[in-house]
Amino acid sequence: MTDFLTDWGLTLVTFAPLLGALIMMTVPAGKTHTHRLVALFASLAALVVGALLLVDFNYGDAGILQYVVDRSWIDVINSRYILGIDGISLPLLALTLVVVPLCVVYSWDHIPHPGNPKAFLSLILILETGMIGTFVAQDLILFFVFFEVVLLPMFFMIGVWGGENRRYASIKFFLFTLFGSALMLLSFLALYFLSSDPITGDPLRTFDMRVLSDVAGAGILGVTQVWIFAGMFIGFGVKVPMFPFHTWLPDAHTEAPTVGSVILAAVLLKLGTYGFVRIAVPMLPEGAEVWMPWIGLLAVIGIIYGALGCLAQTDMKRLIAFSSVAHMGFVMLGVATLTDFGVNAAIFGMVAHGIITGMLFFLAGSVKERYHTLEIKRLGGLLVQAPRMGWLLGFVSMASLGLPGLAGFWGEFPAILSAYSPADGLPVGVFRVYMVVAAVGTVLAAGYLLWLLQRTAMGSPKPEFADNDEIVDVTPTEWIAWLPLLIGIVLFGVMPGLIFRVTDPAVLTVLTEFLG
Amino acid sequence: MIDLLAFARPPIDWHAAAPELTLLACGALLTLVDIVWLERAKAVSATLASFSLLAAMVPVVTLAVDGTDRAMFGGAYTVDDFSLVMKAVFLLTAYVVVLLSTDYIAKGDFWESEYYQMLLSAVLGMLVMTSARDLVTIFIALELLSIPAYLMATWHKVDLRSNEAGLKYYLMGVFASAVLLYGMSLLYGVSGSTMLSDINATISNSQAEGLLAVVVLGLIFVVVGFGFKVSAFPFHMWAPDAYEGAPTPVTAFLSVASKAAGFVALLSLVFVGFWDRSDVYQPLLWLLSAASMTGGNLMALRQTNAVRMLAYSGVAQAGYMLAPLAVAGESSATADDALSSVVTYLAIYAAMNLGAFAVIIAVARRTSSAEIDSYKGLFRYAPVLTVAMTVFLMALAGIPPFGGWFAKFEIVLALLSPGTAWGVVLGGVVGLNSVIALYYYARIASYMWVEAPPDNVQSSSPIKVPASVSAALILTGLVTLAFGIVPQWVGHFTDVSLL
Repeated sequence: MTDFLTDWGLTLVTFAPLLGALIMMTVPAGKTHTHRLVALFASLAALVVGALLLVDFNYGDAGILQYVVDRSWIDVINSRYILGIDGISLPLLALTLVVVPLCVVYSWDHIPHPGNPKAFLSLILILETGMIGTFVAQDLILFFVFFEVVLLPMFFMIGVWGGENRRYASIKFFLFTLFGSALMLLSFLALYFLSSDPITGDPLRTFDMRVLSDVAGAGILGVTQVWIFAGMFIGFGVKVPMFPFHTWLPDAHTEAPTVGSVILAAVLLKLGTYGFVRIAVPMLPEGAEVWMPWIGLLAVIGIIYGALGCLAQTDMKRLIAFSSVAHMGFVMLGVATLTDFGVNAAIFGMVAHGIITGMLFFLAGSVKERYHTLEIKRLGGLLVQAPRMGWLLGFVSMASLGLPGLAGFWGEFPAILSAYSPADGLPVGVFRVYMVVAAVGTVLAAGYLLWLLQRTAMGSPKPEFADNDEIVDVTPTEWIAWLPLLIGIVLFGVMPGLIFRVTDPAVLTVLTEFLG
Repeated sequence: MIDLLAFARPPIDWHAAAPELTLLACGALLTLVDIVWLERAKAVSATLASFSLLAAMVPVVTLAVDGTDRAMFGGAYTVDDFSLVMKAVFLLTAYVVVLLSTDYIAKGDFWESEYYQMLLSAVLGMLVMTSARDLVTIFIALELLSIPAYLMATWHKVDLRSNEAGLKYYLMGVFASAVLLYGMSLLYGVSGSTMLSDINATISNSQAEGLLAVVVLGLIFVVVGFGFKVSAFPFHMWAPDAYEGAPTPVTAFLSVASKAAGFVALLSLVFVGFWDRSDVYQPLLWLLSAASMTGGNLMALRQTNAVRMLAYSGVAQAGYMLAPLAVAGESSATADDALSSVVTYLAIYAAMNLGAFAVIIAVARRTSSAEIDSYKGLFRYAPVLTVAMTVFLMALAGIPPFGGWFAKFEIVLALLSPGTAWGVVLGGVVGLNSVIALYYYARIASYMWVEAPPDNVQSSSPIKVPASVSAALILTGLVTLAFGIVPQWVGHFTDVSLL
């Protein structure tokens, strides 16, 4: 059994959802219930195999890759089918595996207009394969392929099931991300051609991420590293999204169907930050050192800009979208310090933001379904009309603003703290300024979230919705879809060590070059 | 008096010539059947044509299994891995074109038997082109494949647009041939030989320095002549009109096979005939490539007709394929990479572009139009065709996991491999152009998926797709997917060398 898991576990986890999607294509579109069951079963199958992998994972050696599969794939370009997970991939893999089945459950009776559960659910499954593949791929080309596989399903999810402005939003999302990945691919190729063996000086000509991280940019001049890093910065930065590449995000979130927004916020944005931690920093340490003060600057601009953006929004979903820009700013600030503490905080922040913001988008979706609007000034009195949902909104908002004891805190606070003493070689004074600005950002976050809560949940219902039968409290389907996330928010808030213990050894490996 | 009896036939390697001879024999048979059976021949001509193409595949496979390079006529006619791969691409492309034509030509009041005879003649020219290694053979092959193509473009005789298409294509084609011949005569004048290998030896030789101007002019004329054939910007003007007016299966044939034939000739010329003169052809091809990509994509953005859009996208795709030639002369390793990447691109491009045309033909049965607006709401009444079209469009845009990404990837890999600034910049141009191109491909995709069907299109029942078109769709779709997911399958065959 263990042998089977070691050899086939990751491949199974990655392709189980895709297999489900293929099965669904053979089932006629009319059989809605079969489609739901197949989708649920496929995503749960991935979750079960993933859980077995997590149980069997050697936590003592979380710093090294486990369950490594290394098979030939495209020999003509020396690209191989290499999979593996370590302490950095593991939490993100788990996050994906949990979020997707919940989305399928939520979609049980919430298929958005214009319907067609067959297409909707199979896109979710294809998306899952792409996301999981990105987190487990250990070959740059394989990573690139999975990274791109995600684009098309999301494009259609926004484009077909989205709101009024869906065509504009979907094409914008597609073009922005593709622009980023085109430059990212050029950087990967530059790494391929320029990396050389540090001892013999021979060109390596490999896309193997393990090897490229080990040699840490050997043979590539500092100036060249800065250029290659620039390509990756745009590629991953668009996905994160970092200021000033963030403009696609509010549009995409506003137009996307609820489940699309949840997946986008919970997992898709992490592909960018994961790319920074897994690829850009360890493979181009000298480039990273030059870029990090600037990335830190853009991160804190993102924090403040996102928060101010939130304060100016009149639409609840758009507000949550802007809060993502701010939260991902904290994550990037953590990465920018290049310290063990900061990068750990960043990974924790990714998971926490995934759970919390995913949950906020679920809530927004359910509010929209009941009120048919997300315009903040028309809402109000949620606590009166649907008290449980109102309390949930309050609870998740508290988590989002970083209340100690809930998951959001452990992403933000250590990230800010780590900016006090960044890695050697980074300008300490500058980072301390960032620290102060970021701290101001948390105050603004409390401001916009509490204000949102006050305007939507408190007070009395507006006359137009006062006697509306459609406004019911949380339904059983919603409870099933949300409970795991709510438990996660409390659990990781009380026991942050659950994640830090796994990520820390892997982060130390990634940062070898900076920790001396 | 010339003693005719003293003429000794040069030795012929019958195995090496077998693909061409098979096709010739089958083509002759098709004509005979037509003459003898008259009307009844119509029913079998498409079947016979497709069997001819498959029959010609047999010697291609046996030659590939045999694996030795063969040369005839003093090296003017060569059978090597490169020519075999391209012969296979041409035969399979033509097979798919026959599948696309069967129903279209039978239903549409066309001359049937003659259509397939023309098609086979053109394919014969293409097969000869893959093996031609001297100027005269290249020119004969070019004419053999072009003249039937001019006729096929006008096949819809009652349609003015089809006549316009054929005439435009013919005039531009003849003009290009004239330019090409002039260039060839200059090269012959300098080198005193029509053999490409001799030309390479002479024009790179220091004695040719005094004649540099003639060499440069000759190269430019030859490249420009084929620039028309591959519809590179700014020599693409004929393509959109010819593509739009010609019967759609013919357009598919022109946009894939005819373009590929032009590329085959360019590849033989660059790698065998000019390779040492990289100082001349590299800048020329760099400009041609960058202009084609950018110009083609920018013009494609403005199109309202899917066929015209594919014509301009074809200009851009020609630009991608020209790109590696702009660095080919840096070293022999780079040359091999560049050649493999172009051959890979041609093979994948054939699959994805033919697939896109197959969908256009199927959809036009309902909408009687190739206007982009008529694709609105296709997902509501033809979900399978929509998914297929999405796959082909995204493959053309280079989005993984569909075939096109690997083609583009190989191009960029070849561009960056020598590490020169010119190569890196052109790689960047390819990257940026991929983003521009995505916009117009994604626009059709979002029309199909997002919008509601227009009022004038009957959208209550699914489209009936003829069996042969379905077969073409399945074939091209599977190949497009397979090449994207397991690129090694195509990479294995296209790892060829001409040096």
